[in-house]
Amino acid sequence: MTVALRTRAASRVGPTAAVVLVGLVPLAFLAVFFGWPVAAIVARGVVADGTLDLSGFTEVLARERTWEVVGRTLAQASAGTALAVLLGMPGAYVLYRCRFPGRGAVRAFVTVPFVLPTVVVGVAFRGLLVEGGWWGFLGLDGTFTAVVAALVFFNYCVVVRTVGALWSRLDPRAEQAARALGASPLRAFWSVTLPSLAPAIASAASIVFLFCATAFGTVLVLGGPGYGTVETEIYQQTVTFLDLRTAAVLSVLQLLVVTGCLLAAAVSRRRRESALRLQSESTVDHRLRRGDLPAVAVTVAVVLGLLVAPLVSLVAGSLRTADGWGWGNYTALSTTGSHDALEATVWEAALNSVRIAVDATLIAVTIGVLICIVCSRRPRRPAARRTLSAFDALFMLPLGVSAVTVGFGFLLTLNRPPLDLRSSVVLIPIAQAVVAIPLVIRTLLPVLRAIDERQREVAGVLGAGPARVFAAVDLPVLGRSLGLAVGFAFAVSLGEFGATSFLSQPDRPTLPVVIVRLIGRPGVDNLGMALAASVVLAATTVVVIGLAERFRIQTAGADL
Amino acid sequence: MHRHIDNRRTRVTAIAGVTALAMSACSTLGDDSQSSPEEVSSTVVLLTHDSFAVSDDVLADFEERTGLTVKRRAPGDSGALVNQMVLTKDAPLGDAVYGIDNTFASRALDADILAPYESPEIGQDADRFAVDDTDRLSAIDYSDVCINADTEWFAEQDLAVPRTLTDLADPAYEDLLVVTNPATSSPGLAFLVATVDAFGDGGWSDYWGQLRDNGVKVVDGWSDAYFVDFSGSEGEGPRPLVLSYASSPPSEVRQGEASTQALLDTCFRQVEYAGVVAGGQNPEGAEQLIDFLLSQEFQEDVPGQMYVYPVSPQAQLPPQWERFAPLAEDPYEMSTQEIDANREAWIQEWTEVVVG
Repeated sequence: MTVALRTRAASRVGPTAAVVLVGLVPLAFLAVFFGWPVAAIVARGVVADGTLDLSGFTEVLARERTWEVVGRTLAQASAGTALAVLLGMPGAYVLYRCRFPGRGAVRAFVTVPFVLPTVVVGVAFRGLLVEGGWWGFLGLDGTFTAVVAALVFFNYCVVVRTVGALWSRLDPRAEQAARALGASPLRAFWSVTLPSLAPAIASAASIVFLFCATAFGTVLVLGGPGYGTVETEIYQQTVTFLDLRTAAVLSVLQLLVVTGCLLAAAVSRRRRESALRLQSESTVDHRLRRGDLPAVAVTVAVVLGLLVAPLVSLVAGSLRTADGWGWGNYTALSTTGSHDALEATVWEAALNSVRIAVDATLIAVTIGVLICIVCSRRPRRPAARRTLSAFDALFMLPLGVSAVTVGFGFLLTLNRPPLDLRSSVVLIPIAQAVVAIPLVIRTLLPVLRAIDERQREVAGVLGAGPARVFAAVDLPVLGRSLGLAVGFAFAVSLGEFGATSFLSQPDRPTLPVVIVRLIGRPGVDNLGMALAASVVLAATTVVVIGLAERFRIQTAGADL
Repeated sequence: MHRHIDNRRTRVTAIAGVTALAMSACSTLGDDSQSSPEEVSSTVVLLTHDSFAVSDDVLADFEERTGLTVKRRAPGDSGALVNQMVLTKDAPLGDAVYGIDNTFASRALDADILAPYESPEIGQDADRFAVDDTDRLSAIDYSDVCINADTEWFAEQDLAVPRTLTDLADPAYEDLLVVTNPATSSPGLAFLVATVDAFGDGGWSDYWGQLRDNGVKVVDGWSDAYFVDFSGSEGEGPRPLVLSYASSPPSEVRQGEASTQALLDTCFRQVEYAGVVAGGQNPEGAEQLIDFLLSQEFQEDVPGQMYVYPVSPQAQLPPQWERFAPLAEDPYEMSTQEIDANREAWIQEWTEVVVG
């Protein structure tokens, strides 16, 4: 690929100062809403009577169980990540590189599992795996395989969307040239396309790994008590035992594992990333052809077998009422349930969810774009490059730290003016945005980094200031992928349960909170209503993602 | 080139503007109005567990009668609720708390997060639920955590419904029971305590060894056990014995017939308490709120809303309950102090025996 030529124009002081200023805003946001709370709760565990007490470390680290749990966490996360990437690559190709009727709908559909509350997925998934279920004969209930399958179920769309965002815009001519020179399709893919996609794959893999390593409900529901991870252990120590000393050690351990994984990903990304020739999507994709058959087969198998089946059982459950099949559970959504099970109707909760998601998306996309502006620079000094990649990795950390740690940390820190936010509704979108920002970055950054630095330099030489260079070179490229990022952030917010359930006010619940409440009560009518509400959540997601994708096509009108 | 850029920028700006406008109409920001000092004194914040429920009109009655506005926060289950209160002791999040159960009460008492208050509404027989003599926790309701059986399934198989804890370890009932993990689920913890009470220090882990050998299934949470593994609710699960509550069977009554029953010799009694939060902003409001939770009106609302029994013997129970949700006559019980002192050790030992 073309390697950016270094010219003197980029080293002027002006742009550097601007970049530093832009970088300070997200840094302050992360420090207040993530760094401080986490530090406070960890400090509670390691500071006793005003003195630092690290004896907890030697004690917890000496336990055999600790290392068992760490090993299991890494094994589950690695297996989940490897499988999600392997299965997601053909999906990214089919959904972002090929053209077929209904493509937009399928793209939106694969995002649905990502937003469903784990307790609902647990019921739907386990309903299939349990003896007598459709897949009962496989004997997978409560096994390692079931946990990994569920991790792939949740994270498939992360790979498809992150890799797809770059793939959909990759210039096909290099691969065509390789083919013309006699390379087999596989060879051309292996030596030309794959290296170009590497940054996006590394991005996706690191996100999926973090999600898998910190998966909480999935692991407990599908695996059962024998499959505890660092995350479930932290939850147990904090929420059941209030043993903050042990929890602090485990949180630090989790942080170290996550940082190690992020560093590895950053190194592999840096080695691969180079300017790519990007095209607008419409000139790159092609109609399905015979050669696409293997990719299509894998994608159909994954979508039907892993994604559709649990969702069908979900929809079927939502149509089952106490007096047979019918729409009863859906008409009940405008009520507060049997015996007033809810404080607000499901529709009110849905509206509330969407409103919170709008705020969370605005925050996440704004902060995410600022970070991407900074991280897409290519300074020449190695020290500056290292600083940038540390800056980038910093914003990934929230994905790797337990929601319980952050949630309890919020309560400890944001409790006095000017930041007494503990009972404010603003804290919910902020907490969700902290989790959504990494996804926004990983969606936008590979595309921005692929811009040839020379374009910016040329604009600079022609007299454009940093803002003007950004508007002329970066913004159009950003605009085209922004829809994807918006959709992703929205989906994260709609589905977030951990921090939200912690912070939400009972009379203004979000959709996942309502669903979990309904499914926590006995009776077929409550279960049916919970499943119907889950279908509404899924449908909302599909609509929003669909709209976000459209938004992208509109801004893609102008090409360089 | 310049014009090209300008056009594009105008368009991008326009789209961004329209989107921002549309979004701000949806936003929740700005819903948060700052409260004036008068509002603070007329607002009372109730901390609860996430299963709290009350009929709208019952709560409205209280607000109208007292001129108070009740705000609620529900951070999680009983354990999460207590732990949050312990952590925020210096800047409490609310004025009154409801939903601390007897498995976590001791922690709340030891941490000094509650102020004493003896409500005039407390009945004479309230002593039977009192945790200590400091008046910091008032019992509001109670329930029995019991194994539930799918009676239709047992009738079809022509098998006698088991009765006691020992029966559950009988090979005749192999692979029929599903329970929840005591580390993550409060009924799971209650059932573990029941077995400790039943078999004593030396015997309970042997008993769980027998249950394990008899194919007990352990899942993470109540919903999962009840709706996926249990055959008596959705009618799809493979196991006819599930850990649930004595009050669950009325929800499974079809055409006037109960299809499930609670095994009353397997029950642990769970009691839920309320109290005034120490250092809260509105202690008078909190006291009025405790009176309300003990009032006839709220007590009669409790069974239908939260599937628990009111502590007040004067409160009327729903007609179905008398028939389908009788209580255990002699449930397993244990002092909250003993539970708190041993919880962690029991869960660890349980995990070693059952999970391995």
